[in-house]
Amino acid sequence: MNQTSNAPRRAVRSGGFRRQQIGSGATAFLLGSVAAACAGLLAPAASEAQEAGAYAVVGATIHTVAEGVIENGTIVMRDGRIIAVGQDVEVPPGAEVVNGEGKHVYPGMIDAFSSLGLTEIGAVPATNDQSELGNWNPHLNAHTAIHPASEHIPVARANGITHTLSAPGGGGTGIAGQATLIHLDGWSVEEMEITESAAMVVSWPSLGGRGRGRFGGGGGGGNFREAQRRFDEQVGEMEDWFEAALHYRDALASGSTRVTRDLQLESLARVLDGGMKLIVRANGHREITSAVEFAEKWELDIAIAGATGAREIADMLAEKNIPVILGPVQRTPSGRDAAYDDPNTLPGVLRGAGVDIAFATFNSSDSRTLPYEAANSVSWGLPRDAAMEAVTLGAARILGVQDRLGSLEVGKVGNVIVTDGDPLEITTRIEHVFIRGMPSDMDNKHDRLWEKYRNRPDSRPVVTTTT
Amino acid sequence: MKRLVLGAIGAVLVGGAAGAAAPAQAQETPVLITGATILTAAEPFKIENGAVLFEDGRIRAAGPADEVDAPANATVIDGQGMFVTPGIVDAHSHIASDATNEGSVSVSSMVSIKDVIDPTDISIYREAAGGTTTSHVMHGSANPIGGQNAVIKHRWGSDAAGMLMDAPPTIKFALGENPKRSNSNTIPGVPQRYPATRMGVMDVIRQAFTDAAEYRARWEAYEELVARGDRSAIPPRRDLRLDPLVGVLNGEILVHAHSYRADEILQLMRVAEEFGFRIHVFQHVLEGYRVADEMREHGASASTFSDWWAYKVEAYEAIPHNAAIMTRRGILVSINSDSSEEGRHLNQEAAKTMKWGGLTEEEALATVTINPAVQLGIDDRVGSLEAGKDADVVLWENYPLSSFAKVRTTWVDGEVVFDVDADMAMRAERETEKQRLREMLGEAEADEAESDETGAARLRGGRGPGNRSEERAGI
Repeated sequence: MNQTSNAPRRAVRSGGFRRQQIGSGATAFLLGSVAAACAGLLAPAASEAQEAGAYAVVGATIHTVAEGVIENGTIVMRDGRIIAVGQDVEVPPGAEVVNGEGKHVYPGMIDAFSSLGLTEIGAVPATNDQSELGNWNPHLNAHTAIHPASEHIPVARANGITHTLSAPGGGGTGIAGQATLIHLDGWSVEEMEITESAAMVVSWPSLGGRGRGRFGGGGGGGNFREAQRRFDEQVGEMEDWFEAALHYRDALASGSTRVTRDLQLESLARVLDGGMKLIVRANGHREITSAVEFAEKWELDIAIAGATGAREIADMLAEKNIPVILGPVQRTPSGRDAAYDDPNTLPGVLRGAGVDIAFATFNSSDSRTLPYEAANSVSWGLPRDAAMEAVTLGAARILGVQDRLGSLEVGKVGNVIVTDGDPLEITTRIEHVFIRGMPSDMDNKHDRLWEKYRNRPDSRPVVTTTT
Repeated sequence: MKRLVLGAIGAVLVGGAAGAAAPAQAQETPVLITGATILTAAEPFKIENGAVLFEDGRIRAAGPADEVDAPANATVIDGQGMFVTPGIVDAHSHIASDATNEGSVSVSSMVSIKDVIDPTDISIYREAAGGTTTSHVMHGSANPIGGQNAVIKHRWGSDAAGMLMDAPPTIKFALGENPKRSNSNTIPGVPQRYPATRMGVMDVIRQAFTDAAEYRARWEAYEELVARGDRSAIPPRRDLRLDPLVGVLNGEILVHAHSYRADEILQLMRVAEEFGFRIHVFQHVLEGYRVADEMREHGASASTFSDWWAYKVEAYEAIPHNAAIMTRRGILVSINSDSSEEGRHLNQEAAKTMKWGGLTEEEALATVTINPAVQLGIDDRVGSLEAGKDADVVLWENYPLSSFAKVRTTWVDGEVVFDVDADMAMRAERETEKQRLREMLGEAEADEAESDETGAARLRGGRGPGNRSEERAGI
């Protein structure tokens, strides 16, 4: 990317986006953002993480998600955390202020399962670090491959996505590895990390089809009984792994000195001990039920990801308190006889039954469309507030970080977006993003190219070589 | 025997999901939608408290509610709080076809999608449930010169011939990674094939039109002899591959060229100019924003995606502002689906052009209505709510250019092809039918019949091919 002219880049660097006094109102701040966008600064905003000062958004409609909506409210962040939210809030001296008049403030959104940082160009294997060979990789961890300079990250961030579970997988049935919960702003993965091993990702065996079509599922064709036999075999293999991890853990606990360290079993043992959530990718209700039974037997803390066929087991999932990461909602209905709106109604049905839900894009370049996945359930039964909660606090709850993320409450991490409307609405503009209480750079590859090419001169200059 | 029975169940279930099982027929009762906000995609664009009247499959009037009088026998729909738009026109689709690519040759101009229309594809109904009423069903992008395309109306329930719309003929071209097979040469059993570079792609096209021009000259010479009364003149051998290319040279068949990078867009225009024809529409055209002026000067229009990017190298510089930049540079732009999923909410994809690049509401709606209609040469019949046009009408429960939008009813040629209440009513019937069949077969076999292929694909790999995007699958 060598397409941005150097002049504005120098100007902004010397001007110093971060030092700009924004107390004079939103316009000045906005100009700063635009200048930064022109500048093509690739650097994430965490540059001055150690200097995290005080920031306030004043006079905005504040959607706390946890405790209702505050009209004409003020939110103050300092040293990375939210220190005040309310109507009668004093802005500390020296704080940089965003004029929130006519604006809305929400928690940053969480893409509860993505490949952000793990893949850059879908068709180019060299840029893909999401799917390792082999089916049993509990010892692999996404954080060892997350690329903090991925162009996808600023693109997602500019649309209000502040956090994601960056997850391995995409291969076949088995244990894909450990997913890392990150925020989307940092010079290194260590700065981005919230939880290094946030979840163990498993792709549950599929009963699939009977191998008729291109996507035979289950594999190998044959009839349903054959598919069932293969399914049971694969679940049995999963069982063997957990069994081995159990013995390994017990052997270590017994103090035996003859145990050779095994990285795979060591990782899996953490799941057994409740040290890591198990996220099971499963879609059909039989597959989900099988995974739930498995989790009960092994006393595992699980969430289901995908769950396109969870409708008929909604009550069971609610009763057993199994959360579900849904998405994409913008998919074709599963099965030719499925209702046209099957994907749209599912989130409302699950939520209505009492299931905890979050949304995910299961993607990287599409991560910015997360809010629309949630929105596309709203006209089909999911209350608007519940949709917003699902992409913020709901996701935080499922990922076990609800004490720190997902809502605008005093003491929580300063993950805040300032918008001109409902972030679930396509036409809403995300004007500011704060991550860990610091303003994030809104610049991204797409804005840079937009700025450059919409300003392309109308006619090519005439080059003369003679004087 | 069991397999046959299961096949029959599949067919019944598909029919059940369909809703309207009867073939489309002439509209019998006039329909008046009144009190709604009408977004005409014509002048005036927005009519608050407006009305649309249609009869015999044609729009009779669209205007302020108090100016549109309905015949006494009209079905009156109270549209208060709702919105009406023209049916959405999708300029790039692969639904409703039994085949997409004749990929064994690099020039496949002799084949046509019209020969393989599948009127039972459930996507026809599902997209109608998202407001889509017309689709340009295209040949795939396997070849520099692909096959001829078809334009269908979503007349769910009719046969293949009944789906086809009488529209100007179009042909598919393709540039870049797909005809080069950059991303598919590791598929076992798929041999490498010329071309493998963008040079080769241009060569294949240039050679084909060199042949076509000579072929046309031979026919012209022959016809001249005949006109002069030479009864011994021998006609040239008919070439079904070159006939459509002569149609392109004569401006009778419109070229829709799959393209990504700015340089290949430019090169194709120059090759076309060399032979005296014009690229009518650049499809995908994700880097059109870089050569918008050149495209405008050539006279090309553009049909692109809203916000897809990075699924392959040639899509890595794609930006969601593409449609806006090209529009501002004077190019007619449409947003297409290329996907049976996206084809269900093109209204939302159009809305993204307002967010990214700041198109107006009017310009945004045009990208999925009148603009694609112009690109397909059918704007005299569809694409806007104007008296005399086909009654392809969508009633929305709420504002259509929104992520909260929901369709209430869709009409094609004045006939209901989707209605949310009718669909709900059909579900109970379908369940009963399903239950009856289950009992006939016993549960085990019924389970088998229910099993789902695409669900398995998604479980394994997130969005599977044929779900979000045919293009992403490299078609």
